[in-house]
Amino acid sequence: MSRLTKRTITVPYLMLVLPGTLWLLLFRYLPMFGVSLAFKDFRYSRRGFLDGLRTSPWVGFQNFAFLFQSNDAQLITRNTIAYNLVFIVLGLVVSVAIACALHLIHTSRAVRFYQTAIFMPYFISWVVVSYFVYSVLSPKDGLANALLTAVGWQPVSWYTQTVYWPFILVFMHLWKNVGYGMVIYLAAIAGIPSSLYEAAELDGVNRRQRTWYITLPHLVPLMITLTLLAIGKIFYADFGLFYQVPRNSGALFSVTNVIDTYVFRGLIQLGDIGMATAAGLYQSTVGLVLILSVNALIKKVQPDYALF
Amino acid sequence: MRSSDRRFHGWGLHLLVGLPATIALFPFVFTVVISLTAEQAIVTNGYALVPERWSLEAYRYIVRTGDQLVRSFGVSVFVTAVGTITAVAIMSMYAYAISRREFRYRRSFTLLVFFTMLFNGGLVPTYIVVTQVLKLGDSIGALILPLAMDGFLVLVLRTFFRSSIPDALLEAARIDGAGELCTFTRIVLPLSTPALATAALFASLAYWNDWFQALLYIQSDRLVPLQGLLMRVQNNLEFIVRNASAVGSVNTVELLRNLPQESVRMAMVVVITVPLLFVYPWFQRYFVQGLTVGAMKG
Repeated sequence: MSRLTKRTITVPYLMLVLPGTLWLLLFRYLPMFGVSLAFKDFRYSRRGFLDGLRTSPWVGFQNFAFLFQSNDAQLITRNTIAYNLVFIVLGLVVSVAIACALHLIHTSRAVRFYQTAIFMPYFISWVVVSYFVYSVLSPKDGLANALLTAVGWQPVSWYTQTVYWPFILVFMHLWKNVGYGMVIYLAAIAGIPSSLYEAAELDGVNRRQRTWYITLPHLVPLMITLTLLAIGKIFYADFGLFYQVPRNSGALFSVTNVIDTYVFRGLIQLGDIGMATAAGLYQSTVGLVLILSVNALIKKVQPDYALF
Repeated sequence: MRSSDRRFHGWGLHLLVGLPATIALFPFVFTVVISLTAEQAIVTNGYALVPERWSLEAYRYIVRTGDQLVRSFGVSVFVTAVGTITAVAIMSMYAYAISRREFRYRRSFTLLVFFTMLFNGGLVPTYIVVTQVLKLGDSIGALILPLAMDGFLVLVLRTFFRSSIPDALLEAARIDGAGELCTFTRIVLPLSTPALATAALFASLAYWNDWFQALLYIQSDRLVPLQGLLMRVQNNLEFIVRNASAVGSVNTVELLRNLPQESVRMAMVVVITVPLLFVYPWFQRYFVQGLTVGAMKG
């Protein structure tokens, strides 16, 4: 190999990565050392926070012991995983169904309208969504109670009744994110060679069969990749959904508290820094193990689908 | 026969897609309706799809007491503009360097960013670093810097640089005596406008919609962005009245008593959301582009 093509360049590229590297070190790697807090009994010091950090005594795994002895750890883990599982399954089904149906509609103006409408919620913040939900669920003025009383049923105090929230949260997750999945699957469908559909049409294959035997099989690799990615992140919850939509209502915590909201409340509302750090470290450690094992498993079974 | 078959399917399909489209749009429409409902009608009937009496009082009220809204709007615009430029600059430089094979340490720096996507210190240590080490608490920097880099976008940009900038072109520039940095700014960046536009749109959406940094770090009224403002008025609308310049001339108590609570909240949601919805259809294409590149090769 000649020197010319193999030549390496160092200094200019180091200059290019410098700002990004600084950012990564400050905002991502420095906090990784902060996880030592999980093993300390944090006490505020008069000489500032960092001094308190240094002088607080080490307590080993005591914070973790407290966390797992309370019911909290079990509850937030269950909620996080259960919700994410439902999100993954329903999200996949609904996004693919809508994408396939849109693919069959031939009026391009209609397609554009539907696509724009369904993708729209993805661009709205959870704070705004919480107002949308409130317009329906407000106990006094909401549309839901107006409908219930109109048909002669008792109005419901939505923000204190836990039974309804698993359904509400799943519905709102789908409402906001289905458009995102739809767009990705539509792009994949656009990549399917049109000759396949033309041949099928000549053979007199109807639309349902074309979707079933051509479109869906072509989407399988993407479905697998996206599902695996989502499983790798199953220990992380969408903070906005679980914090903003239920309006931080304490009565609902048993069905709305997930690891992310637990850590946040531990930090901001309770000031229990050791415990909150421990819960966060529990999350990122299990998350890391999970994504590494998912990837290792795929590499063994089906190397093409491996994430990295 | 075939055309009737097609038509039948057509109706079924339009129903299948039209239902989710309607559900997606409904809250937007309903919120606008509520914001235009007379307060008295809300008090007696609740939120109605067709109000008993329409009114613009909520919007009039906002205009009268809108100082905080204008202030927050300014904060959001500033944070979005400065943040997006900073983020795109940092990320494109980083992504370009790790996309080049001649860069000796490209693997190490790729790993440096990739590892942060697999593992993180968590919320508490990050909060402590931002407030105690970097001293960014309650400053505009706390709204900008924590979001200035995103591992996923860096990898999307890297993929783009690697697949769409021909090596031969860079080699030619090198032979012509152009330095690496000059090549990057004069040749690579102009060729990458679609990718940069996508990254910029993702970054600006993240900044515009961000309320989490405000929730964590911002206490001062003058630094509250729009989403943070919306969060604060959830429980207490006094917040916007307190900062109204009209308070000097008109009695605060009176302003509060006449406050059309319910419709004002929804009117604020409308005022904050509508600009986004108007620009969104034009930018949708770039988002779709970015999402698909990311999903295929991320």
